[in-house]
Amino acid sequence: MWSVLRSLWLVLMHMFKPRFTVQYPDEKPYLAPRYRGRIILSRDPDGEERCVACHLCAIACPVDCISLQATEDEHGRRYPEWFRINFSRCIFCGLCEEACPTYAIQLTPDIEMGEYNRQNLVYEKENLLISGTGKYPGYNFWRVAGVKIKDKDKGEAEREAPPADLHTLMP
Amino acid sequence: MSKIFVDKKAYEVNPKQNLLEACLGHGLDLPYFCWHPAMGSVGACRQCAVKVYRDENDTRGRIVMACMTPITENMLVSIQDPEVKDFRAGIIEGLMMSHPHDCPVCDEGGECHLQDMTVMSGHNYRRYEFRKRTFRNQYLGPLLNHEMNRCIQCYRCTRFYNEYAGGKDFGPQVLRNLVYFGRAEDGVLENEFSGNLVEVCPTGVFTDKTLKQHYTRKWDLQMAPTVCAHCALGCNTTAGERYGTLRRIVNRYNSQVNGYFLCDRGRFGYEHVNSARRIRSARARRDGQLADIPKAEALDRFSSFAAAGKMIGIGSPRSSLEANFALRALVGPENFYAGISDAAHRLLGEMLAILRQGPAPASLLQIEHADAALVLGEDVTNVAPRMALTLRQTVRQVWLDKAEKMRIPRWQDHAVRELAQKDHGPLFVASPYATRLDDVATETHRAAPDDIARLGFAVAHILDSASPEVPGLPEPVRAQAERIAKALQEAARPAVVSGVSTGSVAVVRAAADVARALAKAGKPVAFALAMEEMNSLGLAMMEPKPLGEALEAARRGDAQTVVVLENDLYRRAPAETVDALIGAAAHVVVLDSLEGRTTEKAELLLPSTPFAEADGTVVSSEGRAQRFFRVYPPPGDIQDAWRWLADVLGLLTRPEGLSWKNLDDLVEAVARTFPALERIRDAAPRASFRIAGAKIPRQPHRYSGRTSMLANIAVSEPKPPEDPDSALSFTMEGAPVEPPAALQPFFWTGGWNSIQSVNKFQEEIAGPLRGGDAGVRLIEPAAGSAPGYLNTVPAAFTPRSAEWLVVARHHIFGSEELSANAPAIAELSPKPYVALGAEDAASLGAAEGAAVEVKLEGGSARLPLRIESGLPRGVAALPAGLGPLDGITLPIWGRIELTR
Ligand code: SF4
Ligand code: SF4
Ligand code: SF4
Ligand code: SF4
Ligand code: FES
Repeated sequence: MWSVLRSLWLVLMHMFKPRFTVQYPDEKPYLAPRYRGRIILSRDPDGEERCVACHLCAIACPVDCISLQATEDEHGRRYPEWFRINFSRCIFCGLCEEACPTYAIQLTPDIEMGEYNRQNLVYEKENLLISGTGKYPGYNFWRVAGVKIKDKDKGEAEREAPPADLHTLMP
Repeated sequence: MSKIFVDKKAYEVNPKQNLLEACLGHGLDLPYFCWHPAMGSVGACRQCAVKVYRDENDTRGRIVMACMTPITENMLVSIQDPEVKDFRAGIIEGLMMSHPHDCPVCDEGGECHLQDMTVMSGHNYRRYEFRKRTFRNQYLGPLLNHEMNRCIQCYRCTRFYNEYAGGKDFGPQVLRNLVYFGRAEDGVLENEFSGNLVEVCPTGVFTDKTLKQHYTRKWDLQMAPTVCAHCALGCNTTAGERYGTLRRIVNRYNSQVNGYFLCDRGRFGYEHVNSARRIRSARARRDGQLADIPKAEALDRFSSFAAAGKMIGIGSPRSSLEANFALRALVGPENFYAGISDAAHRLLGEMLAILRQGPAPASLLQIEHADAALVLGEDVTNVAPRMALTLRQTVRQVWLDKAEKMRIPRWQDHAVRELAQKDHGPLFVASPYATRLDDVATETHRAAPDDIARLGFAVAHILDSASPEVPGLPEPVRAQAERIAKALQEAARPAVVSGVSTGSVAVVRAAADVARALAKAGKPVAFALAMEEMNSLGLAMMEPKPLGEALEAARRGDAQTVVVLENDLYRRAPAETVDALIGAAAHVVVLDSLEGRTTEKAELLLPSTPFAEADGTVVSSEGRAQRFFRVYPPPGDIQDAWRWLADVLGLLTRPEGLSWKNLDDLVEAVARTFPALERIRDAAPRASFRIAGAKIPRQPHRYSGRTSMLANIAVSEPKPPEDPDSALSFTMEGAPVEPPAALQPFFWTGGWNSIQSVNKFQEEIAGPLRGGDAGVRLIEPAAGSAPGYLNTVPAAFTPRSAEWLVVARHHIFGSEELSANAPAIAELSPKPYVALGAEDAASLGAAEGAAVEVKLEGGSARLPLRIESGLPRGVAALPAGLGPLDGITLPIWGRIELTR
């Protein structure tokens, strides 16, 4: 008898405690910038696509929901011809972001992706590519890599010596 | 066998190997770069360091390069000693100092030996903060991409390209940390084996340019074991697919056949599979036009033709045994014709008969070990390319043997080369024109086919006087024959090679007589005959009737329906003849994968599978039956030719059609029908084969994108396709253990992502794959039976006035039908021409490039003249398989006139 009354009392007291549940969607919770929500593809500081179609996110993905096809522009810059994420499979683990050597693929704090039709959860590059650098400003893979692209010749990447002179005989 | 101790564990090793090979052979992980199993050691990279100890009491030990250290009995070795581990980490750190930050955009990534070795050596953080050395790249042609920044100066490329393959237009340049590997200037790499640099170079300096057009990482490729479709040697390959297109070919090791290397036609010819000219659905003629029809309708029509009257079938040397057999079953053995010219048919029949009587056809490995070789009338590089690379190694055997006597191990590559200097062992090349082996030949002989045969018969007669004498041989030729005979006689393991190049039965017979004379003298002679197509020998073994008789049958009205199997008849006979054959038939059914002149004439066209979408068995020129497997299921209505034919047989309620459910049933039927082909059953395990209850996955364990690659079509993943025909599955699930060699879809093991992982699959380094190499040899003449001589010495060749003997000149790029549809190969193919010797051209008053009229029986054409200084007088050459006269069987006498 005593224990029943005690339980009723405790429940009653809880009504006066502060609430944790928020009135979503009227009230939005704070999600940190590193929250693992909707995935985007970002651009480098020059406004070019960051993704170099290296397939590392795809291999890292434990549910295999990323696929892409690599291609190159006429100057040798590699980028994805198409890039697809099947969000109906994605578990938002963030392993793709961790694997990405260019900071192209990033998880964002947007979680509002509900769809009535599962097919609409298949995102193509047009749906993924944003216009900014996302969480990582500054980094541009191509400025570090040794491959020649438009406006960056051999020897012009960071910490590169000018191309070797093949006719030198100096020891 | 010797015993060595590595990190206190005992191992039995082959004392002829070096320490690196011994360690790798036992599955121990020891990093290396410059050593190559086929090219030996030079000790250039210092990566394979280990410690060896004098005795049990020696605690310090000394660091040596494993690849340069011979095995000694009871040797004490350590790979794991901390000091030597540090040493290796230091070496790789040095090699990586200027390495570019390229892995994400490097085509080698994911199958890079440098990545693997870096991880294995424990170098994982860049400490070097200074400027990196950079290089400019070169344009090297349509096959290879060059990215010199990635070079670690291991020298493997130049050792392969220059020393192993005999290339002249490439090499190391400059000095110290600027050593550069390339050509003197931009340009197409000339060597026919340049594609091997993709696999030989441990980094991404040389990568496959055709793969780059549709790049996919190794881990994303669905792969299957297949057999090269571009000549009769049957090199083993691995083909990889992604998103329904074929992406690339890499070597699949087979110690008896291709070893570690392929030719460029085999590696880069695959793109015919992706051609826009692929036939993708059944078509039927309506109002003169071919229009797509559903599969069921196509089968109905086909079976209605069968009811309408007599049917003849024309087989193909580029189709599997099973496809040819299904056709033969449909039309009946008496109506089954060879889809090759009558002359080629006769020659092939002769070659088969010769090989059956002996000496048995040699494997490439056997040829490689020959210490003297005679190439009689064969342009090996352009007909059976991989064999040319093999023959090039024969000139080193004498010196390898000598080195061994001087106690220099065979793998001590540069020591052996120093010993030999520029000297080569005996190699004799007789051919109407210059060949790509002439640079290592001891002597060459330029003559018309009949004179080449006479030289061969003369050699045979000198070796054994019981063989026929050659009357009226000019003194210099006789003297040359003496020298050749002497060299072959003195050799311990002579080789004799001939083949289809000259189109001459006499030449092949002469070669056989030389080989028989040597065999009679007790020599283990390596005898090989080069043939053109994937299943040339297999077709001959099915005993089809000659094509000419098909025409007669059609003329008699005995061929209401002609069924053409994967064959462009316009390449086999003059256009008039083919037109007559097709015109005489009421119905023409063609099964093929690519549009061509013959498919245009079809009333009913059925889409069949190119090699990457097909299953089947082929017989190589070595008489080796090998099974190839589809890489991905053929899309839409496309299916194997044998399946189309089995379906028709089924509709006709013929017993075969009802009993043939999968490939195994056909294999069984072929084996039962032809005793000579009985052993094809053993070419690969049956479709019911399982390892631990599971099939063997075609997709690597890292295959990505499974829930996304088809999500644009439908978000729910489809069930993976079934494969009723083989023990391979179209998934990544399956037994994680090693399958039999014939079913090995790719080489890959833990920590060894590159093709170098093949080390882990061999019984011993450079030995057979564990469990035996793929394929079974079908032609083994009874031991002890000494076949007689062929006694058919032709008369000497006499040039005619105003007429030339027009011989065929094969081209590695362009002469073969399928690879010519691959854009990269097409780019390297020559334009049609006619070639004459310098004197003949002068007597005609024509200069290089002049337009001349070539008039042959069966057709004439205006072609630019090419002057080939070596061509004998009275002999002209036309490129085989390309140009307007490709249907005319050569050699043939014809007129050549200067057009005014
Ligand atoms: S890991 Fe990054 S760069 Fe590589 S394919 Fe994925 S998004 Fe692109
Ligand atoms: S060669 Fe290997 S290590 Fe170097 S960039 Fe390419 S993948 Fe990376
Ligand atoms: S190009 Fe490749 S094979 Fe040649 S030295 Fe450099 S790393 Fe070695
Ligand atoms: S030699 Fe012949 S079988 Fe071998 S890769 Fe070349 S074309 Fe293919
Ligand atoms: S592999 Fe031994 S030194 Fe290079």
